[in-house]
Amino acid sequence: MAKFFKSINLSRIGINLFIALLAVFILGPLVWLGVHAFAADWHYPNLYPSGLTMRWWSKVFLDSALATAIKNSLIISPIVVIISMFICLPAAYAAGRMNFFGRKAFMITLFSANSFPKIGLFAAIATLYYALNLMGTFVGVVIIQLLGTIIYMTWIPAAAFAAVPKNLEEAARDAGASKFTVFRTITLRLAMPGILVAIVMSFLASFDEAQGTYLVGAPAIFTMPTEMYSLVQNYPIQVAAVFSILLAIPSVLLLGLARKHIMGGQLAEGFQLK
Amino acid sequence: MTQEGNDMGLELKGLKKILGGRVIIDDLHLSVAPGEMISLLGPSGCGKTTTLRMIAGFLAVDAGQIFVAGEDVTALGPDKRPSAMVFQNYALWPHMSVSKNVAYPLKIKGLSKPEIAEKVDAALALVNLLHHKDSRPGQISGGEQQRVALARALVQEPNILLLDEPLSNLDAKLREKVREDIRQLQRRLGITTVIVTHDQEEALSISDRVAVMNNGRIEQFSTPHELYNAPATEYVATFIGSLNRFEGDLVSGLIQPGAHVTGIRPEDLTLSMQAFEGSHPGVVELIIPRGHFYEVVVKRSDATFRIFASENIPAVGANVHVGIKKSLRYLNGKLVA
Repeated sequence: MAKFFKSINLSRIGINLFIALLAVFILGPLVWLGVHAFAADWHYPNLYPSGLTMRWWSKVFLDSALATAIKNSLIISPIVVIISMFICLPAAYAAGRMNFFGRKAFMITLFSANSFPKIGLFAAIATLYYALNLMGTFVGVVIIQLLGTIIYMTWIPAAAFAAVPKNLEEAARDAGASKFTVFRTITLRLAMPGILVAIVMSFLASFDEAQGTYLVGAPAIFTMPTEMYSLVQNYPIQVAAVFSILLAIPSVLLLGLARKHIMGGQLAEGFQLK
Repeated sequence: MTQEGNDMGLELKGLKKILGGRVIIDDLHLSVAPGEMISLLGPSGCGKTTTLRMIAGFLAVDAGQIFVAGEDVTALGPDKRPSAMVFQNYALWPHMSVSKNVAYPLKIKGLSKPEIAEKVDAALALVNLLHHKDSRPGQISGGEQQRVALARALVQEPNILLLDEPLSNLDAKLREKVREDIRQLQRRLGITTVIVTHDQEEALSISDRVAVMNNGRIEQFSTPHELYNAPATEYVATFIGSLNRFEGDLVSGLIQPGAHVTGIRPEDLTLSMQAFEGSHPGVVELIIPRGHFYEVVVKRSDATFRIFASENIPAVGANVHVGIKKSLRYLNGKLVA
């Protein structure tokens, strides 16, 4: 018996230790980042920063290049997501609800853009872009960023559409609704949690995309991630810290929204019905 | 029966359905009077659900016509048909409250808000669910969900109410109560109703007439009484209730080799310790308590019988006398009068 308790205590200590290590591993860099964003100066071997300042924040907001990058990101990403929705959601519906020849092959092909190092793909696209005069253009950047969203905007909604029970649609048809009304009021509403997740993932994929955007956009168009490259090289490390925090804000906001509206919502609970 | 299906609640004429190269329904005819409640009864795969889905409009017919209140609805989609269906698993929309679920058909129809509110309240009052107006389907019990589904169908004021295995997802105790509730409601509203079930007890107890289906055809369509007492085919006789089935004829109270099939209901056999007119001796082999009666298995020289008896139950091994009160005779599966 004593041995039994001892082993419990030991395993509990082990688990706590593991969680602590994990927390340090995940949160450590964030803390480091947070402190740097407000630190006048912080160098090894000093335990604390030499002082706190808002200087780096004003630097970021007053620098016109940085402000432009933020603006570009906030314009491009929503556009990318909306175009992605228009292209991918009908395909997702078809893949989720209809059975056509080559459906599986089609869905798996979509992975191809994600299954190789992207830089090779981008280099190939760049040669095409030069021919089409898309290098350094807004359209060029949007197209490059679209690539990374396709996988999210097809697979997740396809699963969501497929999960809508057929008889819920039949019940609506029986109640007198036209096919389109059924889609709008029943199918789309029930698939919405999946579509919202896809929107969040696509937005983040577009918002964080740096490789292709840099290759195609620089030096004419910089977004927040590509601006990071020059920041890290040209400014003190604290400015980069401020910028990383700014870069993280949309992700945190979106994930918070997703948590509130998708995970805990009645929409999720409704699926237990079946 | 009128010529064009006028004055009829529902009329099916020569329905045919082929699914996956297999004939599911073949030349099916059925006439349901207005205000009548009928059951489509049969084992799974007999085509009863397919028939219901064709009436609702979810499945196109391959041949034949469907008339509702004398009007040919064969070409209409489910949204245009004057029928309303209660689905087996209720098919309530989880993202809408109970009252929104019931209001949906009215909203589609384009009724005004006060009108909708009034009708929804009336429908929910009908099924005693006003107190759950604002609940979500996921928050109420299975029985309550079923009543919501019923309210959602009734609020459409359909010509035909279609019920697909409405009781199969409820537990046994609740099933009887809901069965009676549905029957009472149907009588009160006088609504023509088709109910699909595989449960013969349910079909017999709830319906004015029962259509027993087998292999995509209707074997017999008649009242529960007739169905039980004069099953038109051997299939119906064995499907409904219990039956002692013998190959041979009944000759002076004994089963003898012959061309017919003889069927005897277990309650149509008389069991006695003394010999009586028309009886023959046998030995009790087995006694099975069945609740309010006993099933007694008796071996006679000609055959072994299952007998339902409620009093004077003999012991196993006892010598008894068995007489036959009534029997059914079938030739090539058809009842011979």
